[in-house]
Amino acid sequence: MSDTAIQVQGLSKLYQIGASRTYKTVRESMMSMLSSPFRSVGRVLGSANTPDPSTQLWALKDVSFDVARGEVVGIIGRNGAGKSTLLKVLSRITEPTTGLIKINGRVGSLLEVGTGFHPELTGRENIYLNGAILGMKRWEITRKFDEIVAFSEIEKFIDTPVKRYSSGMYTRLAFAVAANLEPEILVVDEVLAVGDAQFQKKCLGKMKDVARGGRTVLFVSHNMRAVEQLCTSIVQLDRGQVKQCSANVHEIITRYLVGGAESEQNASWTNPGGEYKSEFFTPSRFYITDATGAVAAPVQRNNAELWLNVEGNVATFDRGLNIGYAVINEDGQHVYWSYMCDTQESDWPQLQAGRVSLRTRLPSRLLNEGNYRIELIATLYHRMWLMEPGVKAPNISLQIQGGLTDSPQWEGRHGVLTPIFKWELGRSVG
Amino acid sequence: MPESPAQPELLTTVIEPRAGWQPVDLEELWRYRELLFILALRDIRVRYKQTALGATWAIIQPLMTMAIFTVIQQMGNLPTDDLAKPLFNFCGLLPWQLFASSMANAGNSIISNQNLVTKVYFPRLVIPIASIITGLVDFAIAFGVLLLMMVWYQAPIQPQILLMPVFVALAFMAALAVGLWLAALNVEYRDVRYVIPFLTQFWLFCTPILYSSTGVQSEWKRILLGVNPMSGVVEGFRWCLLGKPAPGPMLAVSAITIIVMLVGGLFYFRRMEKGFADLV
Repeated sequence: MSDTAIQVQGLSKLYQIGASRTYKTVRESMMSMLSSPFRSVGRVLGSANTPDPSTQLWALKDVSFDVARGEVVGIIGRNGAGKSTLLKVLSRITEPTTGLIKINGRVGSLLEVGTGFHPELTGRENIYLNGAILGMKRWEITRKFDEIVAFSEIEKFIDTPVKRYSSGMYTRLAFAVAANLEPEILVVDEVLAVGDAQFQKKCLGKMKDVARGGRTVLFVSHNMRAVEQLCTSIVQLDRGQVKQCSANVHEIITRYLVGGAESEQNASWTNPGGEYKSEFFTPSRFYITDATGAVAAPVQRNNAELWLNVEGNVATFDRGLNIGYAVINEDGQHVYWSYMCDTQESDWPQLQAGRVSLRTRLPSRLLNEGNYRIELIATLYHRMWLMEPGVKAPNISLQIQGGLTDSPQWEGRHGVLTPIFKWELGRSVG
Repeated sequence: MPESPAQPELLTTVIEPRAGWQPVDLEELWRYRELLFILALRDIRVRYKQTALGATWAIIQPLMTMAIFTVIQQMGNLPTDDLAKPLFNFCGLLPWQLFASSMANAGNSIISNQNLVTKVYFPRLVIPIASIITGLVDFAIAFGVLLLMMVWYQAPIQPQILLMPVFVALAFMAALAVGLWLAALNVEYRDVRYVIPFLTQFWLFCTPILYSSTGVQSEWKRILLGVNPMSGVVEGFRWCLLGKPAPGPMLAVSAITIIVMLVGGLFYFRRMEKGFADLV
């Protein structure tokens, strides 16, 4: 019996993106069937797709690494580096395009807390449902039932349908089930991004226990503090490839955080060529300008007048087209999204086919000091992403430094946002 | 002390791209039987929550259809093999409802469970199978009503009633066969969602429920009617519950059709399932 828990060799995963992501209708298939009957029949029956390189994305490319039993491995990397895809392949949700993975032991994967929770069912029923989905046996759940309920702190509501739960209760219950999973290998994706600070601490503690029990944990997170506390080694991914893989956790994280600051300090993005090509909207430029209209410096005061500019091309105008941006902080949290169609319909910009140019003012006196990534996002309402935030989208960065207030009384503030509000005297004192 | 690593039986999994047509991994399916059961239980529990009439819906639908069919038969003077019309209709509708609703549920099952498909691994076959098991509960309720009707109409219980499970199994397999094709196609072609109601309606009138297959004069053509798998099943039901002549060769044709469709469906589903998480 070897001491390797996971062995990954030359793993690659290819995605078809862009136009081919849309759901095909039978009419399209039938039309192509008429034009080339034999190939199309094969196509419908699922034989090899004809590859079109412009819509291909290698989410993982030739990834190899080994994980020893009992290790806690942190997987880090920017958005779109392939972390989630790697976890999906490891937990067998999707198949690799090439390569091989050998896993010794039962894998419990936790890509989302509360997978399969049904709102109509009670907490009790959902514990059994979720447990079974995560691969627990009925008797295992029964044996651990009390522990799960105690961990989740929702004893009183255990027979209430979960649709009546607050989101905090929901998350706690979901994590409680997952935490009591006892696979030899646990795969966890960013679950610590939910819940309040105290509960996060509890989750972190639980994961440490899991690791101490000699089990292997694979952990994806943008929360570098958690990664540093928990992990014994790190795999850093960059654009689908392994950049570093080492047990020197502290050093990698330090370099990762610094490296992020220098290489991505860029207040302007220009489409190098065929990227994000779509008939509905193809971006060509995405940049920030200051009050004078010049491209802004990457470091700005919090009260500066800044404009976000988008330029691109619309080949076919679709009424569902919605363009916006997402602001993401250093911890990978989405601070907010804004779309051009957030207002009432009469105020929307009237887009037409052809070249389009849009701009919107970035709110001043809102973002706390720090580094932000701003992603250009676009969607066809209710149908599909053209550019999906956190997955693959053009992005620029912005650093906020100073200018937080005009008040003489101000020290550094906690919190993601630092808005300024006016206070006044209350109406009655007595 | 949990320190002693007492040589646990570790399951070694190898993940690599698969190519071509895959057979069904029955052993793995068996390992996930508990999930199958609990998913079916979930659907059953959820189905009639927050409905005013609850499980009565399982009876209302076939009863209403039965009433309409009876009126049509009265007006059109359609023969019902000398059986009481309501009984004749209800007995035909019983397996039909099982088939039609299960087929529709199975056909939509992968789409409606996409949060599971994209987040956890398990044999995907569990989903459509579980959705069909759910239909059995409605079937059992409606079957109770049929027994009451048989008492009312003083229809004698036949010894061949013992063979009824065979026909239930056939209806189940037919629903699974069609459901698998639809479910896999539905992931890529959302048109399937709109095809299902149409298909159900069309298929209902191709099946001898409103009319009797004995209306077809030539023996040869009657056997050909069995190409529609539900013909054999419906006539089989009437045979074992109401004592109509056994469907014989027609049933054999139906059974063969079901098996061919099911095997094809299983292979097709297995072929497509690896893309489900990426496409859905």
